[in-house]
Amino acid sequence: MGITQILFWILTVAALFSAIMVISSKNPVHSVLWLVAAFFTISGHYILLNAQFLAIVNIIVYAGAIMVLFLFVIMLMNLNKSTEPLKNRWLQIVGIVSGGCLLLVLVAALKNTEVSKNMAEMGTGEAGLIKTLGRELFTTFVVPFEISSILFLSAMVGAVVIGKK
Amino acid sequence: MYLLATDWFFIIEKLILIALVVTLSMIVAMYATYGERKVAAFIQDRIGPNRAGPFGLLQPLADGGKLFFKEEIIPLASSKFLFVLGPVLAMVTALLTSAVIPWGSPAVIAGRTVPLQVADINIGILYVFGVVSLGVYGIMIGGWASNNKFSLLAAIRGASQMISYELAMGLSLIAVLMLTGSLQMSTIVQNQLDNGWNIIYQPLGFLIFFICALAECNRTPFDLPEAESELNFGYHQEYSSMKLGFYLFAEYINMFISGVIMSTLYFGGYDIPFVNEASWGISQNLLAFISFVVLLCKAFFFVFVFMWIRWTVPRFRFDQLMHLGWKRLVPLALVNMLITALVVLLLNK
Repeated sequence: MGITQILFWILTVAALFSAIMVISSKNPVHSVLWLVAAFFTISGHYILLNAQFLAIVNIIVYAGAIMVLFLFVIMLMNLNKSTEPLKNRWLQIVGIVSGGCLLLVLVAALKNTEVSKNMAEMGTGEAGLIKTLGRELFTTFVVPFEISSILFLSAMVGAVVIGKK
Repeated sequence: MYLLATDWFFIIEKLILIALVVTLSMIVAMYATYGERKVAAFIQDRIGPNRAGPFGLLQPLADGGKLFFKEEIIPLASSKFLFVLGPVLAMVTALLTSAVIPWGSPAVIAGRTVPLQVADINIGILYVFGVVSLGVYGIMIGGWASNNKFSLLAAIRGASQMISYELAMGLSLIAVLMLTGSLQMSTIVQNQLDNGWNIIYQPLGFLIFFICALAECNRTPFDLPEAESELNFGYHQEYSSMKLGFYLFAEYINMFISGVIMSTLYFGGYDIPFVNEASWGISQNLLAFISFVVLLCKAFFFVFVFMWIRWTVPRFRFDQLMHLGWKRLVPLALVNMLITALVVLLLNK
C-alpha cells in the first residue's frame, strides 16, 4: 500500500465523518465548522489527484469566504439554543424511506457505468493545474465561462439593489 | 520496500527546515513585542521596558513566563472545545503561511542543493491567500465561544473587515501574477532577480497590498476587532493565560510573515540590492546566509513601519473602514489590474 493510498483512506474516512457530523450536530455553529473540515478533506483529495489549483480555490472560496459568511449569519441570528421544531415521527420515517430510495437509485444507476471502471489518475493528472485549466476555460469553454461570470455579476447587482431598498 | 525507496534525506531536510522556520517566527514574534514597546516609547518620548536584563532585553521572556503562570479561566457558559480551538487556529494559520516563502538562495549541504523553502508548490501565492482567508476563523470562533456580547461584536467586525480587504488584496496580487506569469514563489523571486524589483512596476499595487496587509493583521488604523475604547478588549476579552498569549503572539507572527511576504512579492525577496553577488566568488552557503539576513532586514523594516503607523495614526470608524475598502481600494486595485494587463499585452507583442 503506497503512501497515496494510505492518505486516500485517511482523507475518505475524515471526509465522511465530518460530513455526517455536519447533519448530526445539534449546534448550527458546530455544523458550519464540520462543513469547513469537510471542505478541507475534499481539498486533500484534489491534491492527491494533482489538482492543486482546484484544491486551493476550494479552500479560498468555500472555507475562506462562503463559510465565513454562513458563520457570520448564524452568529448574528443567535441560534445557540437548539430551536429546531420537533417533527412528526411519521414524517421522519417517510424521510428515511425516501432518502434510502434515492440512495438505492443512485447506486443502481452508477454501478455499471463507464465511470466506475476508470480509475482516477493519482498524482499524475494535469487536469487540475492552473495552466491546463486556464487554457481550457479561455479557449474551449470561453462562452459558458463568460456567460456564468455575467450571471454572477447580475446576481451581485441584484443583491445590491435589493439591499438598497 | 516502500520505505526504503523513500528519499529520507529529503524528508529530514524538510523537517529541519520547518522546525527552523517555526522557531524563527516564534523568536521574532517574541522580540517584536519588545520592539513594539520600544518603538512606542521612542515615539511617545519615553524610555520603554528597561528593567529585565540589559536594555530590558529579557522583558519578552518575563512576559511569556507571566502568561504561562497566570490562572486559566474558561467561561462556564461557553463551548469549551471551541474556546480552546480559537487561539490554536489563530496560531496555526499565522504559522502556516511561512511554508511557501523562499528564505534565501539555495545552500549546498553534503553535495546536495538544498532550497531554503519548505514547499515550492506551483500555486504559492494562492496558498498564502488561502491561509490568510482562513485566519479569520481564529477570531470568529474565539469571539463566539467567549459567550460575551463585546467579543461577538468584535468577532463579527473582524470577519467583515477581513473579507472586505481580502478582495482588494487579491486584485493587487493578480497584477503581480501578470508580471511574472507564474504563481510559484521561487519563480516570482527569480523574475525579480532578473528584471528588477516588482515595486518599480507596481507601486500602486504595493500600496494597496500594504494597506490590506495592515487590515488583515488587525493593526491600527484597522484594529477595530480589538478597539479597547469601544469593545473593552475585543474578541479576546474572556481569554487569560497562554490562550491570550497565543492571540497576541499570532498577531506579531502575522506581522512578521506579512513583512516577509511583502519583501518577497515586491522587494526582490532575498535579493541583495545594488550588487551582483555572483561576482563575489564566495561559497554558496555563505551567500545563502547573507541573502537570508537581507530578507530578514527587509521584513524587519516592514514590521517597524507597522509599529510606526500604530503609534501615529488614529483608528478608523467602522463605516470609514468599509468605505475605504469597498469604494476606494477595490476600484483602485481593479484599475491597477487593467492597466497592468494592457501594458503586459502591448509589450509582449
